[in-house]
Amino acid sequence: MEYILKPWPWYVSGPLIATILLLLLYFGKTFGMSSNLRTFCSIGGAGKYADFFKFDWRSQKWNLTVVLGAVIGGFIAVQFLSNGAPIDLNPETVEDLKKLGFQNAGESILPPEIYSWENVLTLKGMLILLIGGLLVGFGTRYAGGCTSGHAITGLSNLQLPSLIAVIGFFIGGLLMTHFILPLIF
Amino acid sequence: MKFLKFLLVGVFFGIVLVKSEAVSWYRIFEMFKFQSFHMYGIIGSAVLLGITIVYTIKKTKLKSIEGKEIYLPPKDKSVTRYLLGGSIFGLGWALAGACPGPMYILVGTGVLSMLVVIAGAVLGTFLYGVFRHKLPH
Repeated sequence: MEYILKPWPWYVSGPLIATILLLLLYFGKTFGMSSNLRTFCSIGGAGKYADFFKFDWRSQKWNLTVVLGAVIGGFIAVQFLSNGAPIDLNPETVEDLKKLGFQNAGESILPPEIYSWENVLTLKGMLILLIGGLLVGFGTRYAGGCTSGHAITGLSNLQLPSLIAVIGFFIGGLLMTHFILPLIF
Repeated sequence: MKFLKFLLVGVFFGIVLVKSEAVSWYRIFEMFKFQSFHMYGIIGSAVLLGITIVYTIKKTKLKSIEGKEIYLPPKDKSVTRYLLGGSIFGLGWALAGACPGPMYILVGTGVLSMLVVIAGAVLGTFLYGVFRHKLPH
């Protein structure tokens, strides 16, 4: 039990993620979480505005079920399978974050400097989350997949487009982390 | 019953991503700073085993539980959409620290402000759908 309550090392987590890919393939589906965003648009009636959203969203009910399960899984992991140990970040990372104004990095899953309601309910805080989400939603559909669809499934299937997409993920991520975050914080 | 297996896969996915800390904004920041092997180890080992799984499925012509041949649709050939779309995604990933799986998982961990990110992501997807024909692909 002690090993379950502690954070899981990468060599346990990575293969378990590959198991999810295997299970979904075996169930006749593929692993791709970002498709659900398109499904939400379709359910909300976006088909009136673009043909892209005109499809039978009921065919995606299985993936929405995975989403529901993921929410429950997140709850179970935090409530019953965690000992509350801080994230074992590189001390350099903690130091870099301190310089940006992030205190106690790693004490919680997400930084309160971004996700606490106190910060979210300011104009700047709200815009950070809204724009962050917007970029993720727009970019993932433009690229035709996200971390699960491209980085895990696509690369496992040796797809060159997925490799290009992952290179894109890093171009954007490096720009944000090294140049834009220091301007925002 | 048909959906129970998908629910359980989702629960498993949620637990693994929390326990691996891959849902943490801090881990994403650390990854893009190249200050830890952790995230590279997770993605790298997942892909290495994934390649083996996909290869074995194709080699043995493994059937799904529905009795159909397992098929992974190839991605369309292009560079522009993957590089541009990928970079836009990366900007958002490093800012919000959450990609389209973890954002739901994090709601489950009790971070309700993540719903703002999800709303933004739905809006972003909508905007892509509307302006798709004007974008280079």
